Amino acid sequence: MSELDLLYTEIEEDLRSSVRDLLADRCELDAVTRIYDGDRSLVDGLWKSLVDIGLAGLLVPEDRGGQGASAREAAVVLEELGRTAAPVPFLTSSVIATTALLDSDTALLEQLATGERVAALAVPWSAAPDAQLPAVRLEGDRLTGTVTSVAGAIEADVLLVATGSGLYAVDVSAVTVKPLVCLDMTRQLADVTLDGATGALVLVDAEPAVRRALDAGAALMASEQLGLSRWCLETTVAYLQVRKQFGRVLGGFQALKHRLADLYTGVESGAAAARHAAATSAEGDPDATVAASIAQAYLSDLAVRAAEEAVQLHGGIGMTWEHPAHLYLKRAKSDQIALGTPGRHRVRLGALVDLRP
Amino acid sequence: MSTAPLQRKVEEFLAVHDPSTTDRLEFLRARYDEGLAWVHYPVGRGGLGLAQELQSEVERLFVEAGAPDNKPGHNVIGLGMAAPTILEFGTEEQKNRFLRPLWTGEEIWCQLFSEPGAGSDLANVSTRARRDGDEWVVSGQKVWTSGAQNARFAILLARTDPDEPKHLGLTYFLCDMTDPGVEVRPLRQITGEAEFNEVFLTDVRIPGSQRLGEVGQGWKVANATLNNERISIGKGADREGGMIGVVAQTWRRRPELHTPELHDRLLRLWVEAEVSRLTGARLRQKLAHGQPGPEGSAMKLSFARIAQELSGLELELLGEQGLHYSDWTLVRPDHVDFTGRDAGYRYLRAKGNSIEGGTSEILRNIVAERVLGLPGEHRVDKDLPWKEIAK
Repeated sequence: MSELDLLYTEIEEDLRSSVRDLLADRCELDAVTRIYDGDRSLVDGLWKSLVDIGLAGLLVPEDRGGQGASAREAAVVLEELGRTAAPVPFLTSSVIATTALLDSDTALLEQLATGERVAALAVPWSAAPDAQLPAVRLEGDRLTGTVTSVAGAIEADVLLVATGSGLYAVDVSAVTVKPLVCLDMTRQLADVTLDGATGALVLVDAEPAVRRALDAGAALMASEQLGLSRWCLETTVAYLQVRKQFGRVLGGFQALKHRLADLYTGVESGAAAARHAAATSAEGDPDATVAASIAQAYLSDLAVRAAEEAVQLHGGIGMTWEHPAHLYLKRAKSDQIALGTPGRHRVRLGALVDLRP
Repeated sequence: MSTAPLQRKVEEFLAVHDPSTTDRLEFLRARYDEGLAWVHYPVGRGGLGLAQELQSEVERLFVEAGAPDNKPGHNVIGLGMAAPTILEFGTEEQKNRFLRPLWTGEEIWCQLFSEPGAGSDLANVSTRARRDGDEWVVSGQKVWTSGAQNARFAILLARTDPDEPKHLGLTYFLCDMTDPGVEVRPLRQITGEAEFNEVFLTDVRIPGSQRLGEVGQGWKVANATLNNERISIGKGADREGGMIGVVAQTWRRRPELHTPELHDRLLRLWVEAEVSRLTGARLRQKLAHGQPGPEGSAMKLSFARIAQELSGLELELLGEQGLHYSDWTLVRPDHVDFTGRDAGYRYLRAKGNSIEGGTSEILRNIVAERVLGLPGEHRVDKDLPWKEIAK
């Protein structure tokens, strides 16, 4: 297990810098904040520019029109997206929905790879990989049911709907997508209602594909949480190096230095857990499920702590709408609940590693 | 050299030196001379100038062949701290004299750094070394010296110039522990045993040839030693390899002790221990890529906290049995096993994890200042001549 490379390859670092440059250019934090006031003008252009450099098809094999890259590279992209709380459907479409379709011969996979279409898996965003799946009924060739709090549905033009008799691709024009007011508006959720909608069967056996997709999402969201945590740490350190009170920079006060040292320690540990989850996922390692739950149990809490420390250590300005720290707090707190809470992942681990209640 | 030629070299060595018929010391000395002691050391110094990660392969091959080892657990200070420092700062004569018997375990080493008045503030050491012709005469009191009763030599930090500021007046020596002026007394600790010693030095005579580094350079040399200590303390194992494995096994064996609250705490710590293990693996990968730094301090912070929380949890898990203790008798163990003995011992011994090798508070300063670039602490004593600092 420890033989896996937990660092970054040169190719991964190159990918990181191109994504970081693009986001610096196209994902200004003020524009992200405006999403909370209903201005989503940032989203389409930003997503298009990510598609243009081939990111939508990162996890799709080359013979299906994708880049044939692995979870390791997708994780690096997510680290960068996490640093800017980027409001794009990469995790929901290019990781989770794409993974659900990897065993299907549907042409939809090619379309997701090229960015021609965007998909979302119709499960509540809070669902852990071992959660009970929503009950959508299949009557004849019609799908009926409601799936609440779906992430990526607003950006999607096709939804993947699991039923007892298969996984269906349903065009969003055939369903009702009701956007919700959310704690994290940078990944806005929606309730999806299917009222006799028709869809195309893409996989006969839905459940393993959905669980595999949610596991991949859990494993890789850890890297998004890592990127978020790093931004919070670096931004807070930089601020405390210049902010003065009592005639001294705040970063010289030991009470604050020690908190930041502890946060750094957490972030470095988080990096190991996130890289391990990405590497095991990339290798199809038998330990990948355990690694995903370890990463979620650790990084969900780490990201919240990093964001909470950023708000607190910025003092008054951390509490303002103007400073971007709140974007990260809202994203971190939502991500903590997303794809299973840390407590839920710990219980799952208990079963996986034979430490039962 | 990659694994395959190295493997051949070990096989050739074993063909000439059959472990079952060769005298143990003769075998170890030959292994050193062949460069198979620590392959990352230079040729002629027990190594082959190879990458450090190849060492584990060499060890594996020797274990498979049933070869005797150099009992590394009995010479932790020598192998982990004295040797790399001698390699970096020693003269040719010093390297010739000391490295081989150190590696074979013929000469055990201990460390004479800390003093009653110089703990976290190590640069405040007051043990004096005065020049007398070609020799140095050393007097003072050292503390927290593990293995002093078995040691042949010590790495020693002493003050050679009290008129200089504290960091500049220090010099590093290699001290012969058999000198009549060296007195070793066991120091009993909260576990009941005496893992460490106090060492009293009274007019100990050290030849000038056993000064390591320049006069006044002691602080720099000592820091090289301590950086090795922090890295070696953070070393990891397999999953559930450390204290977590002990607690997890108790959990599996004793379902009657389970409560929901203990279950959640156990799993939190299981995750933390596993992440800490991965962090150690990642740090070693970084070091192998030539990216060393004070990041090892962060590793040790986590290690200490997790060990303390786990050992505390274990006592609560054991309930009534956690009220007991194995033995308060004063013994002097040759080496420490954090997971050995009973849960009460582990709980008490783990308290030292956040003190030894740099307190967690000092390590946080190191991380904040050297990794994050935050301002240093106010140091009123830094530029004063050492003799003028309030004692």
